[in-house]
Amino acid sequence: MIVSPSPHIHNNDSVRKDMLNVLIALIPAYLVALYYFGFGALCVSLIAIASCLLCEWLIQKFLLKKPCSLGNCSALLTGVLLSFNLPSNLDWWIVVIGAFVAIGIGKMTFGGLGNNPFNPALVGRVFLLVSFPAQMTTWPRPLQGNWMRYTDAETGATFLSKLNEGIIEIPKYTDMLFGNIGGSFGEVSAIALLVGFIYLLCTKTITWHIPVSIIITVFAFTGIYYLCGGNNAVSPCVHLLTGGLLLGAIFMATDYVTSPMTKCGQLIYGIGIGVITSVIRLWGAYPEGMSFAILIMNAVTPLINHYVKPHRFGEVVKK
Amino acid sequence: MKTFKIGGVHPNDSKLSASQPIEVMGLPAKAVIPLSQHIGAPATPVVEKGAHVVVGQLIAQGTGFMSANIHSPYSGTIEKIDNAVDAWGMPCKSIFINVEGDEWDESIDRTDTLVRAFSYTPEEIVKKISDAGIVGLGGACFPTHVKLSIKAPAKADVLIINGVECEPYLTCDHRLMMEHGEELMIGIKILMKAINVDRAIIGIECNKPDVIKHLTDLSIKHFGIEVCPLKMHYPQGGEKQLIDACIGRQVPSGALPISVGAVVDNVATCFAVYEAVQKNKPLIDRVVTITGDKMSHPCNLKVRFGTPLKDLIDKAGGLPTEGEYKMIAGGPMMGRSFCNIDSPSSKRTSGILILPESKARRNEEENCIRCGKCIDACPMGLEPYLLSRLSEVKNWDLMEEHNVMDCIECGCCLYTCPANRPLLDYIRMGKQTVGGIIRARAQKK
Repeated sequence: MIVSPSPHIHNNDSVRKDMLNVLIALIPAYLVALYYFGFGALCVSLIAIASCLLCEWLIQKFLLKKPCSLGNCSALLTGVLLSFNLPSNLDWWIVVIGAFVAIGIGKMTFGGLGNNPFNPALVGRVFLLVSFPAQMTTWPRPLQGNWMRYTDAETGATFLSKLNEGIIEIPKYTDMLFGNIGGSFGEVSAIALLVGFIYLLCTKTITWHIPVSIIITVFAFTGIYYLCGGNNAVSPCVHLLTGGLLLGAIFMATDYVTSPMTKCGQLIYGIGIGVITSVIRLWGAYPEGMSFAILIMNAVTPLINHYVKPHRFGEVVKK
Repeated sequence: MKTFKIGGVHPNDSKLSASQPIEVMGLPAKAVIPLSQHIGAPATPVVEKGAHVVVGQLIAQGTGFMSANIHSPYSGTIEKIDNAVDAWGMPCKSIFINVEGDEWDESIDRTDTLVRAFSYTPEEIVKKISDAGIVGLGGACFPTHVKLSIKAPAKADVLIINGVECEPYLTCDHRLMMEHGEELMIGIKILMKAINVDRAIIGIECNKPDVIKHLTDLSIKHFGIEVCPLKMHYPQGGEKQLIDACIGRQVPSGALPISVGAVVDNVATCFAVYEAVQKNKPLIDRVVTITGDKMSHPCNLKVRFGTPLKDLIDKAGGLPTEGEYKMIAGGPMMGRSFCNIDSPSSKRTSGILILPESKARRNEEENCIRCGKCIDACPMGLEPYLLSRLSEVKNWDLMEEHNVMDCIECGCCLYTCPANRPLLDYIRMGKQTVGGIIRARAQKK
């Protein structure tokens, strides 16, 4: 016989289920990456996943001496997201360093899942970006004809890095939608990412607030810049479809742990990311600002949680 | 379709016994009548050991303003007045009756004939309700006469009848509305007279289309009563949520429904009011749903108070012989799980639910992942994750600042938490402590 306080039923949601839903939503983008970048994408992702799992297991077992926490799939998800943010020709040892920084410093130092202030995958990526700037910004070209190429792949600059140097060479829209452009291997295909977004919305894993507020803010900000005829201005649609914007908005910024809890707070957070991303892209030294924008807003999240409260029942009449 | 505006969850409604007509439960050989079946002071016994009582006779008088009378549901001899063990293993003062035959008080009209006309003044109605020992049968057991005694300057302008039954599994109100619709309408008319309003709204969730149709047809004949179909949405049966859903007014934090001009009563209470005023029958029985996924015969029983819970469970097919299970008095969201099946049913018992281990078991808790789902689910717009954390670290002042006293303990936060954190357990604990602090402070002043 069981006795406990109410409620006696549960909707059977679990951390593991939510993480698995995000992983399922990443499958279309992964398939596109395999198609365009072949063996390199496969290698980088498997190395990243394996090292993330290994790092979490080692820390849980030998440092924290706590039961294994790999079952909730969050380390798996961090591995996948980290690899999606890397070029597919990155040397294996750099990937391993990135994974250990992501899990070891980004997550486990704070006490594991739920306690980390910053998105672990982005901590890993940004660490690599500032430590290995050359390797992290040489992007392989898609569809090289030889599927077995990994670190020896032909490389080329991305649209955004060229734009940063003042060269405007807009890729075809169909290429941007389907992923036939250079870049981190998970971010190239807008359509695959949007399919994942729809899946996440349908399973109620995330709500529309964060991604939509980011996308609208970037669109509006770069749109105004474009209309005012700013230096090197390109259509806001191009901004939305290039770089890690969609990947970041849909999968990285919506990380439960590091985003605000209330809907209103999430809109503020999304707008903040949109503004910072646009500013970095238009005036900053880096061609791409999504990772930095998300990390900065991660830092602001506790403040948002403190000041933005949910609308209370019967609140208006009080006081 | 209308519903309340903030939060809420959508559990599977699992109304297994919705099509089972109300059956009358037989009489036990011995009955135990607890003296505290309501919110407020326990009633004071007015019979002695060895006395002979008949059905409907007053055996315990309400003590003070916030209390309720208790009448004998049986005829027989008073065996003793002593402590009994209640469903949760706690001692509770009770009257023990040896049941002999079924002899009723002669003033009670036991026929099925509808008595439509009444010509009482509001004071007379409240007096009759108070004499009959009627309490809110929705679950809280708040004495109804207290609710109806509205003190000026507060004034009611609408009566809201709770036919929502948003708890999964429970069907007692559903069956009552189907089988006793006419009586219900008269009961509502009486209550409208008692609080002097000319409008009553019956809120019913749309998972009971048969009831909505039946009562809408009936309400045409009764001026001022309307049926309001509501979207399925837990906890719509909560008083504040129901008022919001039906008339769009939000009761301010810490205030009573009367502050927005509404009085809420459950359908079972309305039926009891009809019986008390028109048939002179005090509150001695109610409809109870006995249900569960593994029960062979989920049913709705008309049960006199004091019948052992074991008899009721046996009537529905008995406890499962294999596997673990949880016994719950009430529904799965707000009911209390109990351990003593020899304890008696009371005015509080709206249902008995036997849940198999697979459903009732709590999964292992993990770290809070700050997903914010508890905030989206909270119908009072609170922050359960924060309150539970504050309770864990015993920060009562901050808990009060974050309005823990607004919590209605509906369980939406725990129901929805993907990390299976015992949010409500901690919040309930904190709420009790903070409530004590607030009362102590008020006494000092």
